[in-house]
Amino acid sequence: MPSTSVSEQPVTRNGAALLSLDDVSIQFGGLKALDGVSFDVREGEILGLIGPNGAGKTTCFNVMTGVYQPTSGEVRFAGEPLGRRKRFAITRLGIARTFQNIRLFGNMTALENVLVGADAHHRTNVIDALVRSPRHRREEREGEETAREVMKFLGLERRADELARNLSYGEQRRLEIARAMATKPRLLCLDEPAAGFNPAEKAQLMDLIRRIRDVRGLTVLLIEHDMGLVMGVSDRVAVLEFGRKIAEGAPVDVRNDPAVIAAYLGTEADDAGEFDQEGDL
Amino acid sequence: MTEGKASPDTEPASARSMAWGPRLGWDRGALARRVTALPRPVKWALIGLVVVLLYALPLLEIPIVSTPDTDFGGVLFTVASYVLVALGLNIVLGYAGLLDLGYVGFYAIGAYTVAVLGSLQAQLSWWLLIPLAVVLTTISGILLGAPTLRVRGDYLAIVTLGFGEIIRLTALNTEWLGAAKGITGVPRPPSVELFEVPHLKWEGATAVVDLDDTTRFLFFGVADQTPYYWLTLTVIFLVLGADRMLRLSRIGRGWEATREDEDAAELMGVPTFKFKLLAFACGAFIGGLSGALFASRQGFINPESFLLLLSILFVAAVVVGGAGNRWGVILGAVVVAYLPERFRGFEEWRLLVFGLALLLLANFRPQGLIPPRRAKRAQAVDEQLEALEEGTARA
Repeated sequence: MPSTSVSEQPVTRNGAALLSLDDVSIQFGGLKALDGVSFDVREGEILGLIGPNGAGKTTCFNVMTGVYQPTSGEVRFAGEPLGRRKRFAITRLGIARTFQNIRLFGNMTALENVLVGADAHHRTNVIDALVRSPRHRREEREGEETAREVMKFLGLERRADELARNLSYGEQRRLEIARAMATKPRLLCLDEPAAGFNPAEKAQLMDLIRRIRDVRGLTVLLIEHDMGLVMGVSDRVAVLEFGRKIAEGAPVDVRNDPAVIAAYLGTEADDAGEFDQEGDL
Repeated sequence: MTEGKASPDTEPASARSMAWGPRLGWDRGALARRVTALPRPVKWALIGLVVVLLYALPLLEIPIVSTPDTDFGGVLFTVASYVLVALGLNIVLGYAGLLDLGYVGFYAIGAYTVAVLGSLQAQLSWWLLIPLAVVLTTISGILLGAPTLRVRGDYLAIVTLGFGEIIRLTALNTEWLGAAKGITGVPRPPSVELFEVPHLKWEGATAVVDLDDTTRFLFFGVADQTPYYWLTLTVIFLVLGADRMLRLSRIGRGWEATREDEDAAELMGVPTFKFKLLAFACGAFIGGLSGALFASRQGFINPESFLLLLSILFVAAVVVGGAGNRWGVILGAVVVAYLPERFRGFEEWRLLVFGLALLLLANFRPQGLIPPRRAKRAQAVDEQLEALEEGTARA
């Protein structure tokens, strides 16, 4: 288990691999969305996953969380192959995620949204609920404690009883993180958490991601378009292009990698029109 | 969407408490809030009063409310069956968000279990028949759900629509199930005749006890149907309690999350397939129970009793009242079942009026008469905010 520490010092940057993608390919008809991608997410690190639009970043997330089965290759979590595990079972294993387009339960309150996450490990069945068994009462109490604590961590405690859809955009993004964290994951996958944020909000988010790792001891995998944010917060960065990994390493090295520069700015052979508007390296 | 609370759902509380005008109705929050604010003993006394009133309803023979053309006890039984069905369908449609257009199939299985095993093929005791009917219906719900709950939305609606028709057509074409001529002599609940309860008779504004018009307490006969109403009402209270317990638990939350966003729910650790199946099973359980009660009151059933129209009416009851809110669907069921009975005199106009009412409803209250609680607590927060704003305004 990751140790928790409140110091600004990274805890275990060189931990063992928590999640490994081993030569993962996935094919949709004629399209190879992922082509032999391999990388590790090490315990206790913040790994940034970047790449131009359509490079396969979200597909990567979907393979890790059981939405897609890889055509070939293997995903291992804490040494164990994910195999054909159901999506909810993978969540219980310790991988939680947020979504690129916010997908909250809009007509439920913020607290209820987080409670659903906390319920991931609960076992209350119909009989328990009907007779209000000790298990039901214990799980309800624990669930609410977890939920309120996580919401407090994300500064949402005062919004607990609001409907999720009535929260502001920034709050909704944080509520998604709260809901994911309530499932008590070891690995938290954030899919473009800064989309639509202004610079001040981005700075806050950077701070939050660091605190999630340093204070909560979670390993973080981050998909993000904003280079400043990714480079500023990640310990390591992996770069995808057209479903292939083209670089991996420390932010400084990746930034200067010719292949990465080519992917974002286009090589001389390419037309200048390839320029990706969000690839502001 | 931007920062701030400018979305249409966050109208200020002040506007909401004046909602008398354009919203075609009353301030639904106000009543609920006033009741919740009452001290506990008063609240319980109030609830007790309502319960007693509901049980006494067929005896009071209240003018206007009471049906002049038909036995009021019988009408109340019909209304109560609809309420029971609506509560069951509400779990499937309101909580889990699964559009089931063949709910009448479960109703039919419950009814046929009682009729076939109680009269046509065997003479089991009523006390055995009811649990048997419920168990068989629940199993059929699981059998229907296991393959079909993998499809979503419109596809599920079509499949369930087919299920309802298949059940009816099977009954129609199977001699063992009575075929078209139906089944007579369905066992009635065993009577425990204790005493007679007199009805009231109204002379203008004064009521007198009418000793000639009595209901034999818990005599389940043919003419006086009040005891069936009492029985169904009791079942409704039990179902309401169970509904509340499930709703306020991991299961209820799982259902709602599944309804809101199935994929997100699954990725947050909700075994959505299992939960949808559970919703189907619970719905089938209640539907079957209602059908069994219907058959044992009717004494006679045939495939004509389980037409597709009934499924549509059930869905209408839930949607009219407000899918997802148990009080809403109760009201919806009362509207759908009671009004046509009350105005039997205008029989030819019934469907026209019904269609018109649905159109109006869809326009003015698309969420149903009493929409789901959609944040009673959020409303409380709004009020706090309002109070704060007023405080600062005055300062």
